[in-house]
Amino acid sequence: MSAQIEEVAADPAPRIGKGGAPPPRDAKGRVSQGVPYLLILPAAAATVLLLGWTLVKNGMLSFQNLNPRQLIQHVTEWNGVDNYTEALGSSDFWSVAGRSVVFTAANVVLIMTAGCLIGLLLARLGSKTRLLLLLGLVLAWAMPVVAATTVFQWLFAQRFGVVNYLLDSLGWHSMADYNWTSGQFSTFFVITVLIVWQSVPFVAINLYAATTTIPKELYEAASLDGAGPWKQFTSVTFPFLKPFFLATTFLEVIWVFKSFTQVFAINEGGPDRLTETLPVYAFVEGMGNQHFGMGAAISILTIVILLALTAYYLRLVLKQEEDEL
Amino acid sequence: MKRSLLGRAWPGTAAVVLFAVFAFPVYWMFATAFKANKDIVSDTPTWFPTSPTFEHFSKAVDADGFWTLVGNSLTVTLVAVALSLVIALLASFAVARMRFKGRKSFILVMMMAQMAPWEVMVIAYYMIVRDAEMLNSLLPLIAIYTVMVLPFTVLTLRGYVAAVPKELEESAMVDGCTRTQAFIKVIFPLLAPGLMATSLFGFITVWNEFPMVLILNKDPASQTLPLWLTSFRTTFGDDWGATMAASSLFAVPILILFVILQRKAVGGLTSGAVKG
Repeated sequence: MSAQIEEVAADPAPRIGKGGAPPPRDAKGRVSQGVPYLLILPAAAATVLLLGWTLVKNGMLSFQNLNPRQLIQHVTEWNGVDNYTEALGSSDFWSVAGRSVVFTAANVVLIMTAGCLIGLLLARLGSKTRLLLLLGLVLAWAMPVVAATTVFQWLFAQRFGVVNYLLDSLGWHSMADYNWTSGQFSTFFVITVLIVWQSVPFVAINLYAATTTIPKELYEAASLDGAGPWKQFTSVTFPFLKPFFLATTFLEVIWVFKSFTQVFAINEGGPDRLTETLPVYAFVEGMGNQHFGMGAAISILTIVILLALTAYYLRLVLKQEEDEL
Repeated sequence: MKRSLLGRAWPGTAAVVLFAVFAFPVYWMFATAFKANKDIVSDTPTWFPTSPTFEHFSKAVDADGFWTLVGNSLTVTLVAVALSLVIALLASFAVARMRFKGRKSFILVMMMAQMAPWEVMVIAYYMIVRDAEMLNSLLPLIAIYTVMVLPFTVLTLRGYVAAVPKELEESAMVDGCTRTQAFIKVIFPLLAPGLMATSLFGFITVWNEFPMVLILNKDPASQTLPLWLTSFRTTFGDDWGATMAASSLFAVPILILFVILQRKAVGGLTSGAVKG
């Protein structure tokens, strides 16, 4: 059975049926070895061409001195590892990289904590309040990123923004005219609120969906043993949902780390380039300042850091897939 | 006594508060879009559009090139999603139903591709598309978007195809169907929820895509709505009514689609995750 398609198993069946078909079936039998390859060919070819080739191209660009002059004259100037030594030797790169990692960690911790708490809350609600909360979550989840960004700019607008109004009326009068995008920390605050607001629904709703698959008996047994809510979570819910927690954390790390639209659209990495994360930094260096080779090198370094951050989970998944297949 | 009442009521109270927190930005977008200007620029916010107006919407719709960009966005999204569905359906069928050498590697490649940092590689895309002299064209966007949503579509549909009992297909073939006929008549209808979940995901991804079109399509006539929305915000400055109307116009198709299909999306995502 090893390298054959399962069509073989179904083959004897038609022979019992009508008689007229054997020749075409034999012809089909001969091609059938190639059928799976034919079926995956479009997907494989498209992925290799548009993703694989781009990755290679990106790597090649990162070893080139490619600026507007070379671009216009169509010359290729290899400069070895110059881009890398320059990037790794600059304090800018390291502060952006460190900022990216801290930014990702802070967002993912907030998303996972809030998402899990809300997911567990959903499981405890009555059907009406659950529907209400689900509706709110779905609205936030469905909101397109760019539209959400403009809305958050409006919520946090210096004049007539509703956030400043609320802070002012809560007694924090110095916030009445606060310019959120004037400082590094406050800009990051707005970006973080935006990302967390948009990402929590995915975690919460899927966690809730996953808890409904936990057998009730496990909780009954736990409460017979006198387990309180926290103990029930650590001894039943968490172990049962461990794969879910791992997978979701991993996805969120990837999504937050490479998030470009929110960071760029809120303030284009400003003020003074202080909110540039790695993808934005690569874009500004590469496209904005037209150091295309340098930008490519930064993007390769970004991918390396992303791989390092997710290596643990990546190894788990690949191993599991190998075992299953 | 007060305490125990609070104790019993807290999940419900928390739910209402959280609903408000999550729904408010969406509400505020629509509310502002309908408000008269004097209510938008007032020191005390007006919580409801008391005298609703459509002037902001007409301003947004009349803005330069709006309808061209709607056309561009729809073309790019629908073509890319349709292409990726067809390509993924073929591949997912092979992967779920047939054993062949290289099957494992193909799945692993799809998993890696799903995590690909597209946003990070924009410079390479710029150089490739520029060298092909196809900047400011919709074709490269369609090609890139198709491959962007392809891995998720393949991996999710694989779960759905695998969930269809093989016996159904076999009995259809006993009844004289060819394998292709069995697929079209028996399996395809059962895949409808999976196709909906994956196309919803694809639609949202492509409709929203921003970094790629930002660098590849500088010519306003070739851009898509996300870019229009950000430049609209810059052009119209502090005209929040118009900006929120524009955002509403952009968000509404997704909001409607998502609210209708969210059950399937959740089921699709988790079943994809469970069945791997």
